[in-house]
Amino acid sequence: MGRYIIKRIIGLIPLLLAVSFLIFIFIHLIPGDPARLMAGKDATNDEVEALRTYLGLDKPILEQYFIYMKELFQGDLGHSLRSNAPVTQLFGERFLPSLQLSILSIGWAMLIGILLGVISAVFRGRWPDYFGTITAISGISVPNFWLGLVMIQLFAVQFNIFPAGGIETWKGYVLPSFALGAGIMAMITRFTRSSLVQTLQEDFIRTARSRGLGERAIIFGHALKKSMITVLTIAGLQFGFLLGGSIVVETVFSFPGMGRLLIDSIQFRDYPVVQSLLLIFSLEFILVNLIVDILYGFFNPKIRYN
Amino acid sequence: MTGLLEVNNLKTAFISDDKTTQVVRGVSFAVNKGEIVGIVGESGCGKSVTSLSIMRLLKGTSGTIQDGEVRFHDQNLLDLSEQKMRKIRGNSMSMIFQDPMTSLNPVLKIGRQLMQGIMLHLKYPKEKARKYAVSMLESVGIPRAESIMNEYPHQLSGGMNQRVMIAMAMSCNPELLIADEPTTALDVTIQAQILELMKELREKQNTTILMITHDLGVVSEVCDRVIVMYAGRVVEEGKTAEVFENPKHPYTEGLIKSMPKIGQKQSRLYAIPGQVPDPANMPKGCKFAARCPHVMDICTEKEPDLIKDEEGRKHRCWLYQGEYEGGEKVDVKSSTGN
Ligand SMILES: Nc1ncnc2c1ncn2[C@@H]1O[C@H](COP(=O)(O)OP(=O)(O)OP(=O)(O)O)[C@@H](O)[C@H]1O
Ligand SMILES: [Mg+2]
Repeated sequence: MGRYIIKRIIGLIPLLLAVSFLIFIFIHLIPGDPARLMAGKDATNDEVEALRTYLGLDKPILEQYFIYMKELFQGDLGHSLRSNAPVTQLFGERFLPSLQLSILSIGWAMLIGILLGVISAVFRGRWPDYFGTITAISGISVPNFWLGLVMIQLFAVQFNIFPAGGIETWKGYVLPSFALGAGIMAMITRFTRSSLVQTLQEDFIRTARSRGLGERAIIFGHALKKSMITVLTIAGLQFGFLLGGSIVVETVFSFPGMGRLLIDSIQFRDYPVVQSLLLIFSLEFILVNLIVDILYGFFNPKIRYN
Repeated sequence: MTGLLEVNNLKTAFISDDKTTQVVRGVSFAVNKGEIVGIVGESGCGKSVTSLSIMRLLKGTSGTIQDGEVRFHDQNLLDLSEQKMRKIRGNSMSMIFQDPMTSLNPVLKIGRQLMQGIMLHLKYPKEKARKYAVSMLESVGIPRAESIMNEYPHQLSGGMNQRVMIAMAMSCNPELLIADEPTTALDVTIQAQILELMKELREKQNTTILMITHDLGVVSEVCDRVIVMYAGRVVEEGKTAEVFENPKHPYTEGLIKSMPKIGQKQSRLYAIPGQVPDPANMPKGCKFAARCPHVMDICTEKEPDLIKDEEGRKHRCWLYQGEYEGGEKVDVKSSTGN
């Protein structure tokens, strides 16, 4: 098991190098001139060129990449072109709120989703199942920004229970995490249900019944563990997306997270910030996948040994 | 000998979109304490559904028991609440299934699966249950039982998994073990070992075994008595030796003729001509008539009753109905099934 994880992590290195290269190239292919944007409208051509040299943007792109990588390995992500603050400092401020929001969103989505999914599967074709189905379909089809706006209107403006934006207190996390998690919860409900319904048809469930086990032991002790394999895939994938910060939901709630940092930086052609953000998102996504794979091994013993 | 299990006029059907198909159509038989009784018949004749009905394990399928009685220790299992039934399942009556690879949970360790039943029925605490589970594995001839407790079914061979299934089924000392084709999925040498093991269990613990199979070889090997089923009905029943020596029903005769015989060169294996009737579309009269070499006019008109002759043999065939006019009709009602 430990060896497997180490092997997987070593396998990530070439992948990360390739990803960093692609991100770098793509960013520099985006039209728009950051030197001119920074220098301002009134700057002369000479001033712009001087700034370009200062920023190192006049060097060949490959050389720029190597410089960037060298600094990256020294833990230096560069400085924001916009605020001149170190990129690491910007991340320090934005990373934690986004991470907390993601964990909160996926957490409640999984908890409720699995619960509703189990109830739907157990009461298949009866009213709790229909209730679960309706909840799930609404969750999937309602766009999260709209849900966000409605909740702001209702819980912030109308009843003033939660703030409309900002994260001065924990209350600031409630509405955004609800808006972000609703769709995921719905998806997890559906996958839990269908996977559990399928598992309950399997031979070993009949064996468990023939041993005299009750329904609860059969569902929680026998069927759910097998069904978790599917559910985990979905949850892992969604968590990977969440970690990237939701541009839309963070904007709606004026949430100081990575998503909003990304959109602001793109508008300003703030290369160092954008490329570092993308790199971090990729890294997060890859790590989440690795964790999901490791958890697979826990739920599916056949995987663990090869 | 006393009847441990008595099945009377059992009828089980599958219901799909307002269509009801009866696949067990008035089955009656009895199993005495300490006996090994075989049920044989071609694929689809209702052997598995009969055994699942006895244990009331049709949950999760569209099957329902429509009528009949399953008397076990003089209580009708079909009247029991699900909760009471659970106390019987895996405890005084347990079951093993055809495919050991799919019948064990692939994501749970063998030990855990074994201990569940032991802790539930024998109320052993965890450590004691564990020790007992290991001793059960050893008693069914599993080497390195201690380490197998921590392994998963996919790490074991089919034969080993079937031994695990048997250990699980035997762990609470059941009075009745129902084995639904326990050797069909295994290769021949392993088959022989598993059958040997089951005979041993009977010797040592006096376990009554209902052995379901489509293999007459298995029947002749281990069964004291045999019940022959055809199209959801019992068509013949008797002591194994007598049935093999002198089959009454032409279907039984056909089955025996189609057995491959060792040491005897046969140019071609005999096969009963024709096909099993579709359970959704049963012919009138005897269900075997269309394939029967002795078919008479009456056979396609009216279904014969299962009668018991003076030798104690039971059969359902017009060839003998007149002859045993005074014979005891076993289940007169069954000829009214749909
Ligand atoms: N879950 C189910 N849903 C619908 N029909 C079923 C189901 N299980 C069995 N049947 C039908 O019931 C009939 C009897 O099936 P059963 O499994 O008892 O046969 P069997 O004698 O055990 O055959 P085999 O030797 O193949 O195991 C068949 O016609 C089959 O199609
Ligand atoms: Mg069967």
